[in-house]
Amino acid sequence: MREHLVLILGLLVLVYMFVPIFVVVLMSFNDPASRNVYRFDGFTLDNWTDFCGPQGMCSALWLSIRIALLATGVATVLGTLAAFALVRYHFAGRSASNLLIFLPMAAPEIVLGSSLLALFVATGFAGQLGFWTIFIAHVMFCLSFVVVTVRARLAGMDDTLEQAAMDLYATPAQTFWRVTFPLVLPGIVGAALLSFSLSFDDFIITNLNAGTETTFPMYVWGVAQRGVPMQVNVVGTVMFLLSVAVVVTGELNSRRRRSALT
Amino acid sequence: MTSTAGVAPVAVTDVRTEDGRRRGKTGYLLLLPALLTLLVFFVLPFYSLIATSLYDPEGSDVAGYEMTFHFQNYWSALSDFSGPLVRSLVYGAVATVICLVLGYVLAYAMAFKAGRWKYLLLVLVIAPFFTSFLVRTLSWKLILADDGFVVNTLQFLQVLGDDGRLLATPVAVIAGLVYNFLPFMILPLFASLDRIDPRLVEASSDLYAHPFVGFFKVTWPLSLPGVVSGTLLTFIPAVGDYINAQLLGSTGQRMIGSVIQSQFVEANNYPAAASLSTMLMLLILAMVLVYVRRAGTEELL
Repeated sequence: MREHLVLILGLLVLVYMFVPIFVVVLMSFNDPASRNVYRFDGFTLDNWTDFCGPQGMCSALWLSIRIALLATGVATVLGTLAAFALVRYHFAGRSASNLLIFLPMAAPEIVLGSSLLALFVATGFAGQLGFWTIFIAHVMFCLSFVVVTVRARLAGMDDTLEQAAMDLYATPAQTFWRVTFPLVLPGIVGAALLSFSLSFDDFIITNLNAGTETTFPMYVWGVAQRGVPMQVNVVGTVMFLLSVAVVVTGELNSRRRRSALT
Repeated sequence: MTSTAGVAPVAVTDVRTEDGRRRGKTGYLLLLPALLTLLVFFVLPFYSLIATSLYDPEGSDVAGYEMTFHFQNYWSALSDFSGPLVRSLVYGAVATVICLVLGYVLAYAMAFKAGRWKYLLLVLVIAPFFTSFLVRTLSWKLILADDGFVVNTLQFLQVLGDDGRLLATPVAVIAGLVYNFLPFMILPLFASLDRIDPRLVEASSDLYAHPFVGFFKVTWPLSLPGVVSGTLLTFIPAVGDYINAQLLGSTGQRMIGSVIQSQFVEANNYPAAASLSTMLMLLILAMVLVYVRRAGTEELL
């Protein structure tokens, strides 16, 4: 028993981390009897079938998805290029660049958001806050996470495979597309998923730079004061299931590849 | 990275140096777009923020602002909002300490006790955090509700008085902060614990060290890089956060983030909001520098 004490305590911490998820899933089937939406009153499937019932929820959701896709696309491309530069190239100002990429992850979101807003106000864009200012903000804070994730993958990569390809007279382009890129791809995909979820979930920075637009987190924030529609929990449940599915497929894929190699 | 020394260099456009890195302009070109994005939308905004914090507070959105180097903005912001500022630092610190204890236990169990389940547990640690932050935080409202299971149990155990509550108290806010930032603590802790060679711990017990002595003399010092980065990754966002304070606390638990937010968006008092934001950044920066120096792991940054 004493042997396993640490393991048991650790698992209890893990349970603590899952309690809110359990509640979210449970509440997605809740049939609230009154305006008190913080209690389970009865089972129903209505929240799932009438998914877009609450006014404004699905349009907010759609806005968040569009921004997250666009910001992820741009941040992933820029970040991947930068990661290649930092791992594979020599140039003056490398450590300064590394610091610049690290800092946005270390600054509190409220400071990032408010300084960006100060810039928009100072340059006369205060009246045009909306889709594009949210997009800019999201690219900015996702970029660092992409660089760090891809850089880790690249730095951990054995470059003898590339040398072998070049020894076999592959051109630099062939080496890149046939050897390097497929090896880095899992890192890039991971970075893109992380970036999507950061963008989709951001509230503090977005709220400062959104103007009159409403993203999904802003919608949830707005209804939190009045009474949350149960459909919000459906979104939470779907997000959880999707992320688990992505992780499981990724894990199965890499396991299959590993067993193919041995 | 393997050395390329001894391998005949293959003809490529850029010249390879000894550590396998290439010289040449391509590196700059690859880095340029990301660097420009960060310069324009990360560095420049800081300049803008500091400038805004020194504007004449008499200005307005419509009339525009005048640059008067109004350093008094800082004093008036400090005297008006020192409560939320101090509270944020205290809540952030308490939440970080609790995260460190809980996170260390789980990371330790994962690294040393979980065997082949190690990576499954790692996935489980991350999984809940792909569900919306706000939705998860709202579910704490239900867990800590006044006639909920947790409050009833604590009342039964006489830990809480009969009319005691958790929601709208500092306890709820800190519980929310701990919950939301725990993975930021666990991941770096796990990364550094997982790297420790278990034979070192075995060696200490072979030399008749009590397990506790072994832990404090071997495991803990080796895990310090993880402790430092985990603490920073938890403390910084926790201090700036106001979602937990607003959803789980009451007006008595207001944190500095919501003051900045409302001064900017609702009061349109840009100079005050900007000076608060600048102060928060400087305070955190100063604390981080002192802490990193104390912990003696400068090579981290």
